[in-house]
Amino acid sequence: MKNLLTILPLLAVVILVHYLTSATDTMYYLTQLTMSAYYALLIIGLCVLMGYAGQISLGHAGFFAIGGYLSASLTTHNLIPYQDNALLAFLESSGMLVSGHDLYGEALLVVSPWAACLVAVSSAAVIAYFIGIPVLKLKGHYLAMATLGFGIIIYRIVLALEYFGEADGISEVPAFVLLPGLSVSGNFSDRVQNYYIAWGVLLFAMVLLLNLIDSRVGRALRGIHGSEEAADAMGVNTSRFKLQTFVLSAVFAAIAGVFLTHYNGGIGPSEAGVMKSVRYVAIVAVGGMAHLWGTLLMGVVLTFLSLRGVFGSYDDAVFGIVLILIMLFAPNGILSLNIRHRIKTIFGRGKKRREEEV
Amino acid sequence: MTIELLIQYLMAGITYGSIYAIVAIGFNIIYNTTGIINFAQGEFVMFGGMIAISLLQFMPLPLAIVLAVLLTMLIGALIEICFIRWLKSPSVLRMVIITIGISILSREAAVHIWGESIRSLPYFVGNEISSVSVLGARVSPQVFWVVAACALMVLFLGIFFKTTSVGREMRACASNPRAATLCGINTRNMVTLSFVLSAGIGAFAGCVMSPITYSQYDMGTGLAVKGFTVAILGGLGSSGGAVAAGLLLGIIEAFSVSVVPLAFQDAIAIGILLIILFVRPQGLFGSKEAAGLSEF
Amino acid sequence: MALLEIHQLTKRFGGLLAVNEVSFQVEPGQIKAVIGPNGAGKTTLFNMISGTFPASSGTVFFKGRGLKGKKPFQVATLGMARTFQNIKMFSGMTALENVMVGRHVLSKAGFTASMFRMPWTWKEEKDIRGKSMELLALLEIEEHAHTDAQSLAFGQQRAVEFARALAVEPSLLLLDEPAAGLNMYETAEVARLITKIRDFGVTVLLVEHDMSLVMDISDEIVVLCFGEKIAEDTPASIQKNQEVIQIYLGEDRPC
Repeated sequence: MKNLLTILPLLAVVILVHYLTSATDTMYYLTQLTMSAYYALLIIGLCVLMGYAGQISLGHAGFFAIGGYLSASLTTHNLIPYQDNALLAFLESSGMLVSGHDLYGEALLVVSPWAACLVAVSSAAVIAYFIGIPVLKLKGHYLAMATLGFGIIIYRIVLALEYFGEADGISEVPAFVLLPGLSVSGNFSDRVQNYYIAWGVLLFAMVLLLNLIDSRVGRALRGIHGSEEAADAMGVNTSRFKLQTFVLSAVFAAIAGVFLTHYNGGIGPSEAGVMKSVRYVAIVAVGGMAHLWGTLLMGVVLTFLSLRGVFGSYDDAVFGIVLILIMLFAPNGILSLNIRHRIKTIFGRGKKRREEEV
Repeated sequence: MTIELLIQYLMAGITYGSIYAIVAIGFNIIYNTTGIINFAQGEFVMFGGMIAISLLQFMPLPLAIVLAVLLTMLIGALIEICFIRWLKSPSVLRMVIITIGISILSREAAVHIWGESIRSLPYFVGNEISSVSVLGARVSPQVFWVVAACALMVLFLGIFFKTTSVGREMRACASNPRAATLCGINTRNMVTLSFVLSAGIGAFAGCVMSPITYSQYDMGTGLAVKGFTVAILGGLGSSGGAVAAGLLLGIIEAFSVSVVPLAFQDAIAIGILLIILFVRPQGLFGSKEAAGLSEF
Repeated sequence: MALLEIHQLTKRFGGLLAVNEVSFQVEPGQIKAVIGPNGAGKTTLFNMISGTFPASSGTVFFKGRGLKGKKPFQVATLGMARTFQNIKMFSGMTALENVMVGRHVLSKAGFTASMFRMPWTWKEEKDIRGKSMELLALLEIEEHAHTDAQSLAFGQQRAVEFARALAVEPSLLLLDEPAAGLNMYETAEVARLITKIRDFGVTVLLVEHDMSLVMDISDEIVVLCFGEKIAEDTPASIQKNQEVIQIYLGEDRPC
């Protein structure tokens, strides 16, 4: 309940931004704000993994790509040639497939977005689970390299397989009709609707994670981060909790991938690239690692600026510089409680001094 | 498979394997003195090749290579002095992220200086089509340059660490930094030196490999992952292990071309990395105790 | 039946015999201490009991069950809690939150239940909070409940650590050098708290360096030297034991 209330001001801001853009005739900002919200969804998931469970992942673009690519390929590949297959017939009768016509009027039979979304997200979860079992036994550099390796493998796979469109990626992904009249798509007429869908999803996810952090599980995770040995001695099954967090963050990444792919109407291999994963890590670091609000804010702001092309051809360089500067000078993030703490100590010191003088 | 083809694959494997070994040794030098895995190791190789290519317009090839190596060593020193030297006992996660940041910056600098085009140094002897016959297989003479250069570097490093006093001081820092400091060794300078050395051998490898594998601004990450694979495979910190593991990985990769599509070649190396990490993190040739002692 | 039974426990590190066939028992309601000079194998023994690393040979029975192959978190689940020589507070968490982590094994909200705040978790959460406050009160540090645990004084951190371990509701509490790093006054405080914990119904096994602490509060003492048990008796008899005196007064007789 408490966390629901803390979200309300943000919801007000979201609505305010909508009215501001419509009043100033800058509604085109909503497009990038929508996309930023989905990236932020991935980033807050990663924040829980890195900041609270203390595990770095340089492969989260891989999970985003698993979600996006699976849902894109399932909803675009025509299944008409395999129509006689018994399995397909069963799927069709159970409503998992939708038929229609493509641009040229040819008959089209594809997996319905809901079913595709389910498959994509659960695949990401299953892959995360089986990758996580061995990977999360590793620490430090080993963990970083192993997750980086995983990310590169996914990148190579989407780049090499014709099914995933090789270097071109997949385009013409249909709209994802969530409810009648409510669909995730890039249609101009759905822009406002999609802005609210994206932010609704993000805020809902934020409430879930805030709840999680302030619960038995969250305390155990923070305990693991604080002292793994002590958490272990308190009966926390540390490896299981790390694994579950890894799967949770992979699911968030996959959901972001699915929604953004439907919104953009397609996905390309760059979404699976190593630079993307590094960028997500950078944003979590800037946000302050174990700081969901900071990460959310930084996730939205930085991806928004990047999507607006503010950094021009220096886009990646900006993230590199930000990453280094933050790690050198403010390893706890720029929004870290340090500022508040520092102000407090300054005032505290002043008070003490005065007392001494007295 | 004919014997010619077999040798062809083998030579290709040895070529790439030597390069991986050099990158791995670069990792090892820095790891030994600092406990840091330098994720920007591949960028040293890229800088070496790219700078030499640019310098070639003004001077003969040997001079261009020497100057490129020296410049990259300077870059290595600058990186260490700017980003690493003054940090007080940083966490592993922090160091990982900083070196990743350095690798991104290096790559971005390279793309703004040299663009995205693929370049290469000319063959040291002959050209693309000249070849030497080895047991009936046709092998480019550059292959021998690569292998010889890598062998020379390993030999040089071996002598450097064993016989020179600076080399011995570096080894002392590697085994116990605090004790080394107490003996009057300036540990910080040794760390800088390890970056310089590692940048130097990376750059030299980048020059000799350039005619065969070409140079491009984004070649670093792939090389870094493979070099790391080799470093782990050979046991982190061991040069001999790195050479053996490098050749092994190179040959496996070369032969895998006949089985799986080229696009998945990287996936194989990474697959090996993952398997090794899970099954034998101390490496094929490392001992379990040594792995247990290193702080991870 | 003894609560904890250690049977010929041995640990080898390469060629070094850190603990050599040590056997003893801890009866319910006791405070039992393990003492010995530096390098006697006390902490190694402790780590084997709590499952941090496996024994080379020998067995540990807790409540009649063998602990072979059990990991620390499983041992904790069975009702054995421990503290650490160099207090391991959970950084970035308040004293209360630290203690609340201790309630982990006695509660069950998982990821889904926690994220969606299932109604049944409300009561659980309230119980965890209430019980943790009680324990902080028992250890007389409830006024620091909402302070960042790491910013507390060393002695206070020790008390929080005790509360955290007690939150597991253990039948056996292992204390690893509870007086390490404390001054004389704080040591006396810790001694008082340990007896309080015993009176609360928790059996205590402690490893200690500080003789005054051990002699005052222990019911029985085991003396280790170079990995071997050389004596096991009441504090009064241990103080008269010639062999023990020789070890501690440093006469040149290897034990």
